[in-house]
Amino acid sequence: MKTHWQILVVDDEEVMCESLAAWLREDGYLVDTAPSGRDAVEKSRERDYAIYFVDLKMPGGMDGIETMMQIRGLRPEASIIIITAYATVDTAIAAMKEGAQEYIVKPCNPEEISLLVSRIIRVKNLQRENAILRKKLTRRYSVHDVITKNPRMQEILSLAAEVASLRSTVLIQGESGSGKELIARAIHNSGDRAQKPFVAVSCAALAETLLESELFGHEKGAFTGAMQQKRGKFELADGGSIFLDEIGDISPKLQVDLLRVLQERSFYRVGGSEEVRVDVRVIAATHVNLLQAVAEGKFRDDLFYRLNVIEIRIPSLRERREDVPLLARHFVDRISHELGREVNDISEGALKLLMDYNWPGNVRELENAVERAIVTCRGLTLAEEDFSFLAHNGLPGRAWAAPAGMTLQEMEKHLIAATIQSTGGNIKESASILGIDRSTLYEKIKRYEIPR
Amino acid sequence: MKPLYLGSMAEVNPEVMAHLRERMPFAFGVELRGLALPGIDFAYDARRGQYGSIPALEMLLARCPTDALKLLAVTECDLFIPALTFVYGQAQLGGRVAAISLARLRQEFYGLPPNREVLLQRALKEALHETGHMFGLVHCADRNCAMSLATNIRHIDAKRAEFCAACAARLLRRPRE
Repeated sequence: MKTHWQILVVDDEEVMCESLAAWLREDGYLVDTAPSGRDAVEKSRERDYAIYFVDLKMPGGMDGIETMMQIRGLRPEASIIIITAYATVDTAIAAMKEGAQEYIVKPCNPEEISLLVSRIIRVKNLQRENAILRKKLTRRYSVHDVITKNPRMQEILSLAAEVASLRSTVLIQGESGSGKELIARAIHNSGDRAQKPFVAVSCAALAETLLESELFGHEKGAFTGAMQQKRGKFELADGGSIFLDEIGDISPKLQVDLLRVLQERSFYRVGGSEEVRVDVRVIAATHVNLLQAVAEGKFRDDLFYRLNVIEIRIPSLRERREDVPLLARHFVDRISHELGREVNDISEGALKLLMDYNWPGNVRELENAVERAIVTCRGLTLAEEDFSFLAHNGLPGRAWAAPAGMTLQEMEKHLIAATIQSTGGNIKESASILGIDRSTLYEKIKRYEIPR
Repeated sequence: MKPLYLGSMAEVNPEVMAHLRERMPFAFGVELRGLALPGIDFAYDARRGQYGSIPALEMLLARCPTDALKLLAVTECDLFIPALTFVYGQAQLGGRVAAISLARLRQEFYGLPPNREVLLQRALKEALHETGHMFGLVHCADRNCAMSLATNIRHIDAKRAEFCAACAARLLRRPRE
């Protein structure tokens, strides 16, 4: 996308200046002109031009070399091309010594100037891409980069910032795709451990024995295929944070091992007898209701309380619909740039459609939907028809099926407990969602002995 | 809708103009009208042995009919702008006038025998290109598109005498005058 780059043509001959500028504009660049070195320096203070074409001989006490030196003082990244009608080897050497990227003689062959500009822009594009990737690596997951105007999400971000430098274990609960890892990284990157490793492990992806070896490492010969000693994720995360995703899926044996690490800050590698001590902050996440899993005996209560020192419940995207337009626009900006597409906006109709959709896959599904729409979009703005595939995904969301073999009272109890949990214990909000008044809700909480 | 004027200078072969008149309306969906124009001797630069395209465009602006949507002029004179050794044509980007030169589109310029078909194809591509600039199109990255930048005759021969889907869509979306 050439229009991002701006060029300044500096020449005291107006016709030279304007004709070169007009020719470059036909190539899609934004081009300004300056009739003197002083004007050029002033303009470079106001705007960050990618390329400067500077005439060598200009009257008024400021020639091309002097102009270039002043611009380079202000804009060290700028590419400066010296142009002259009077080429000598000496002036060319002087210009290059002072930092000119190129030196061309006018009139210039169009092919030469076109190749020169496209070469410089290619390098600038790579430099910008590099800067974006660096930013992604270092800042993408900071608290300030989470896009939301939802009050509950803002409370979560405040809490994340507050607890970032503590060593306490954090349990993040939320549906798939709601951004649990994003919050975990934000906590890590906002605290004292930001410069240390952040190691993410998906506990659901691996079988019990593999996960054990993955988390704690193993000694050489510990099992068939253990050809050499291997350090586990806990050791790799030493000094930093370990993110245990889908913690609700780990086996009873691993629950015991994990409890020991949390209590004693040490463990043994698989097949090892040497105690390994680590300083790791544990951030765990799950999409299942761990409290319910505890009640059903599927998850150890002592481990739950160890993990649940700081509890964060991320609302689903349908519970924070006001964030859909913000997130959609953010994804349009980011993804269209990444894919090199010229899509730059999203229509009001398309936003309404996105707001009405239920997003069972949450923010991740929205991100994927925007990417798919950008790939297939033919215009500059994403329209409703670009999201027509969402209708086939089952709009407005998954069908609900009543659990079999449950009494009405049991169902009411579960519904109230789930609603209270989803609002983070907010009785007023829970009552509003359930369509009953607060006193009725208190009465039912008491009757069903629902924990708050 | 206002017509697009196709201006011919006295020295230009009528066959070229007839070819452009026949083929150009399809690309822009507008009526095409012919216009006889004076020569551009006043724009001759004796030092360079070429004709300045900037004074030529100024003359075209002064001569542009009041009912014209745009005016594209065709000349045999070799055109230049001060910063460059030559231009195949020049347009006011998003403006009313443009000119193309046939001088470097002829095989004879490169020491080859004349070729009528090649000249007609090249002239059509350049006419579409400069008219596209008048309608606000900038250079296109698609090397097959008439709006791709051509800085040598091989580039012109390599592209097609039509717009790519994206440029055609931009032309369709333009505000109607």
